[in-house]
Amino acid sequence: MKQFDYVRPATVAEAVAAVAQPGAVYLAAGTNLLDLMKGGVSRPDRLVDVTHLDGLDQIERLADGSVRIGALVSNADLAHDADFAKSCPAVAEALLSGASAQLRNAATVGGNLLQRTRCAYFYDTASRCNKREAGSGCDARDGENRTHAVLGWSESCIATNPSDFCVPLLALDAIVEIEGKSGRREITLDALHRLPGNTPERDSALEPGDLIVAVRLPPAARGFAAHSRYLKVRERTSYAFAVVSAAAALRIENGKIAEARLALGGVAAKPWRARAAEGVLKGVTPTADAFQEAAWRALTDARPSGDNAFKIELARRIVVRALTLAAAGTPARIAALPASPFASTSGAIHV
Amino acid sequence: MSELNLTSTPAHLRHGSSIGQPLTRRDGLLKVKGQATYAADNHPPGMLFAVMAVSSIAHGRVTSLDVAAAKHYPGVVDVMTPDHKPPLAIDPEIKTNPFVFRMEVLQSNEVRYANQPIAVVIAETLEAATEGAVLLAPRYETLPALVGLDAGESYVPPVVGVGNPTENHRGDVEAGLAAAEKQIDAIYETPPQYHNAMEPHAIVASWDGDNLQIDMPTQGLMLSLARVAELFGIAHDKIHIRSPFLGGGFGSKGLMAGPPVLGIMAARLVGKPVKLVLRREQMYGPVGHRAPTRQRLRIGADGEGRLTALDHHARTVSSTFDDFYEPAADASHTLYAAPAIRTSHDAVRVNTGTPLFMRAPGEATGSIALESAIDEMAWACGIDPLAFRLKNYAEVEPITGKPFSSKALRACYEQGAARFGWSKRSLQPRQMRDDAGLLVGWGMGTATFPALMFQAEARAVLRRDGFGAMEIGAHDMGQGAWTALAQIAADAVGLDIDRVEFKAGTSDLPDAGIAGGSAHTATAGAAIHSAGAAVIAKLADLATNDDRSPLFGAGNAGVIARDGRLIRRDDESRSESYAEILARAGVAEVEARGTGAPNPAAMEEYAMHAHGAVFAEVKVDPELGQVRVTRMVGAFAAGRVVNPRMVQSQLFGGMIWGMSFALHEEAITDRRSGRIMNANLGEYHIPVNADVPPLDVITVEEHDPHVNALGIKGVGEIGITGSAGAVANAVWHATGVRVRRFPIKIEELLTQR
Ligand SMILES: Cc1cc2nc3c(=O)[nH]c(=O)nc-3n(C[C@H](O)[C@H](O)[C@H](O)COP(=O)(O)OP(=O)(O)OC[C@H]3O[C@@H](n4cnc5c(N)ncnc54)[C@H](O)[C@@H]3O)c2cc1C
Ligand code: SF4
Repeated sequence: MKQFDYVRPATVAEAVAAVAQPGAVYLAAGTNLLDLMKGGVSRPDRLVDVTHLDGLDQIERLADGSVRIGALVSNADLAHDADFAKSCPAVAEALLSGASAQLRNAATVGGNLLQRTRCAYFYDTASRCNKREAGSGCDARDGENRTHAVLGWSESCIATNPSDFCVPLLALDAIVEIEGKSGRREITLDALHRLPGNTPERDSALEPGDLIVAVRLPPAARGFAAHSRYLKVRERTSYAFAVVSAAAALRIENGKIAEARLALGGVAAKPWRARAAEGVLKGVTPTADAFQEAAWRALTDARPSGDNAFKIELARRIVVRALTLAAAGTPARIAALPASPFASTSGAIHV
Repeated sequence: MSELNLTSTPAHLRHGSSIGQPLTRRDGLLKVKGQATYAADNHPPGMLFAVMAVSSIAHGRVTSLDVAAAKHYPGVVDVMTPDHKPPLAIDPEIKTNPFVFRMEVLQSNEVRYANQPIAVVIAETLEAATEGAVLLAPRYETLPALVGLDAGESYVPPVVGVGNPTENHRGDVEAGLAAAEKQIDAIYETPPQYHNAMEPHAIVASWDGDNLQIDMPTQGLMLSLARVAELFGIAHDKIHIRSPFLGGGFGSKGLMAGPPVLGIMAARLVGKPVKLVLRREQMYGPVGHRAPTRQRLRIGADGEGRLTALDHHARTVSSTFDDFYEPAADASHTLYAAPAIRTSHDAVRVNTGTPLFMRAPGEATGSIALESAIDEMAWACGIDPLAFRLKNYAEVEPITGKPFSSKALRACYEQGAARFGWSKRSLQPRQMRDDAGLLVGWGMGTATFPALMFQAEARAVLRRDGFGAMEIGAHDMGQGAWTALAQIAADAVGLDIDRVEFKAGTSDLPDAGIAGGSAHTATAGAAIHSAGAAVIAKLADLATNDDRSPLFGAGNAGVIARDGRLIRRDDESRSESYAEILARAGVAEVEARGTGAPNPAAMEEYAMHAHGAVFAEVKVDPELGQVRVTRMVGAFAAGRVVNPRMVQSQLFGGMIWGMSFALHEEAITDRRSGRIMNANLGEYHIPVNADVPPLDVITVEEHDPHVNALGIKGVGEIGITGSAGAVANAVWHATGVRVRRFPIKIEELLTQR
């Protein structure tokens, strides 16, 4: 494999400095990056290992009620943090529905946010891919694309963002804390991931050298804890990316939806917030009709990018189901098969 | 491999006969401790690493390779290309026997499929060789790729499978269909699938002059040895292959493929030992796969639900340069008593590696289509699928009219149905829901697989110290040969299993034939059995002809070998230990050879098959279309069970594979380039633990006096058949949606609410 330098800075400042040269990238747990390197998709000259940076592995409750999650907290540790799972149950459920136990033990919060698309043509260096090589073309557009995007895609790229974690995070208005060349700044998660437009080579709004140091859930997030679910349809019961997924969170007061949050996964180049659908639900009684209406609104702009029209109908149905489950109330314990339509099946063993 | 430290006193050993006991794997401890040496674990001194560069196009020509760049990379020792390679003794395109398949070993610049080896980089480290392969930066002249079941003009191949006739018929199918009260005419499609054994193909090859030492997983030591010998022009006795353990083979390690030959060539080129291991994605090309099929079934039945005709046509593919045809339609030969049966095949050529044997080749693909069609026919007749199958139960093999050597399928149906609770099934689909509102469906399928025998030889030894040895170049692919064959050996020589040194897994031992066709235990077992009988006969001669022995004169009455003693058959009080007999005779040991082979007379007379019945329950989310199997029961009759524990796990594995066939497995091929887009275990889905429900296996008693001396039929492949159809039929029963394209996908089930 290609030779590269490996550096292991001890502080955030050193890390930002160490990555400030062309061909340098951050390495977290490597569950995505190392695969990309083995496949020749990514050929960095220098790996800046951030896993030894101090202080980025904490889950903190801030004075204002926010939850601050360090970028190096593992996916598993976050999902199994009892306090966190209680205040943000849909996030914990989404985490546990992703990848495998081994991968979740290794994978970090920061790495999960920045994992690349699973578009097979992106991974296949013999194919043309605008995301991998700007301007080369998109072999997925007329290729095997039944799992590709139905929202927000462009002629230059129809890939989806594969993260489960990001879907409920987005619904809950998560904020991303970034350390860059010019110091600390923060942006919304919604602003982190980009739609492809004419520049699909840029996945995110990060500038070269930017390090994600934490993700913050604002105080309002815990207001949804009693009615939050994540639902993920996939092609086997576990260890598969979402065909389509949805996070639904409701604040129900006196039998009416005071506020609704809804986001979809597996449908676009970014986790997809369905604000119009949220609007439909505000102030109404949680009924099947209302959820149907919301589902239609959520997908009004959807159109197939290939052999994937079914994903639009599937997404509508997932929205209805996720809202229905959320309205029924967050279960006391996360199901043995998290986020699965089979979560209620008895006899299932935790995976 | 006498140096293997096999467990000598496995758990659950009962005194007396070894056959039939559920011994745990004797190599189990080695494996869990990481001490079982697989091919790629070998590191002879001075070993170099070879990495294949493979083609990214499916059809065309390599026009340039930047060999200089690769060679310049630190650590790279040499780059093997069509222009720079050791010569072979014969052209690998020549098919010297029907079990030789063409391989790509750098004989030209032509590219015939994606992932074809086009160069090999040899370096001091794996990393350097890997980077060297990248630096070759191949350029191509690309020609349009032939992809899919409609890639071109179809043709009728001369044979399908291994020498099976392409077309078969009995009775007048068209007349039968015309006379039918009910008919179905349906088309089913199955995708290309890849073996994906856990252990990738690997070789460590070392030359010492003209002597060649090979570590390589193989299901056919002698076939591989013979192929290496002819390709390199060296005598058989110069080659030594070790293959004590395979991390799965499933047919892909049966015959010598190109990559291990490249490893041997590379070792010769650099004059040092070389290791070559395939990357996961490189296993999607040069080492075989299951071809896709499109199968049309036309079935007719009379007013009573009795079949009047069964017509099964299968379209499949082969490569552009060799011939292997998935004999899918042959699945309709043996199961259902239609008075008129016709099976036929045609094919198109596509740019893939040549398809080959993959666990139940033909039977698996054919079974899912046939069992789906039978289910459809039963529904059309308004009859319960089990009752329908019983109505059409074949008392003799339908295509030949031969009696079965044994057939306990009725008992399989009965016992399986009882265990499953089949009688409570509603005839109508979409009737059952669980507490959570999920649709519940029950389906079944009939399993069948031929009881085959190949040729094998074994050598048995009895020693003066009271111990024995059994030698046979048998193969353990994880199925448990180290244990099951040792059990047969122990009984064959009348010793406890811990007193028999069982040697297997190397090419210097007698030829055990191929571990394929579910015939290894039967074939190797028969050889072991007869070698044991022969050595006991020699020992008995020593005793019964010696007037100092208590067995003197027992020649006519005969002796029984048990617990290390020969015992007079008609007077058990007279016996003598092996050690005493050998000591008195003044010999250190006696040895004898025995063979196992098919019995042509019995094959002429009887149809020989294992059978089974599989019942499956699935749950389907009515709105979201996601499917999960929640229960499976399989009842199988496969002759004598040598080790119930191993048999059960073979059948479990087969049933899981059947479920995988129905719901998960598919190589997704780019329709333009012919490249496989999911050549990795993340995205080529097989069931994970969460998909595998509680499985229940029943082995039904069956005594078969005809198949072979031990009455063994083999269980390696039958578990897939029946199971795939059972799951597919259960999906229909749950949803009312008949999906005829496998694997069943979510979108197919979104049609209804
Ligand atoms: C087989 C498989 C199945 C999977 N299934 C799922 C699934 O079902 N659902 C799901 O959501 N995910 C799934 N994943 C993806 C998995 O969640 C990601 O690989 C993981 O979260 C990445 O985290 P990491 O720490 O290993 O990141 P790395 O691989 O180390 O890094 C990923 C990227 O993020 C960058 N990066 C990492 N940390 C930072 C930081 N702090 N600041 C700036 N940049 C950073 C790296 O430079 C790199 O580009 C799967 C992965 C695999 C291999
Ligand atoms: S969809 Fe996007 S990621 Fe996939 S090939 Fe096209 S440009 Fe590349």
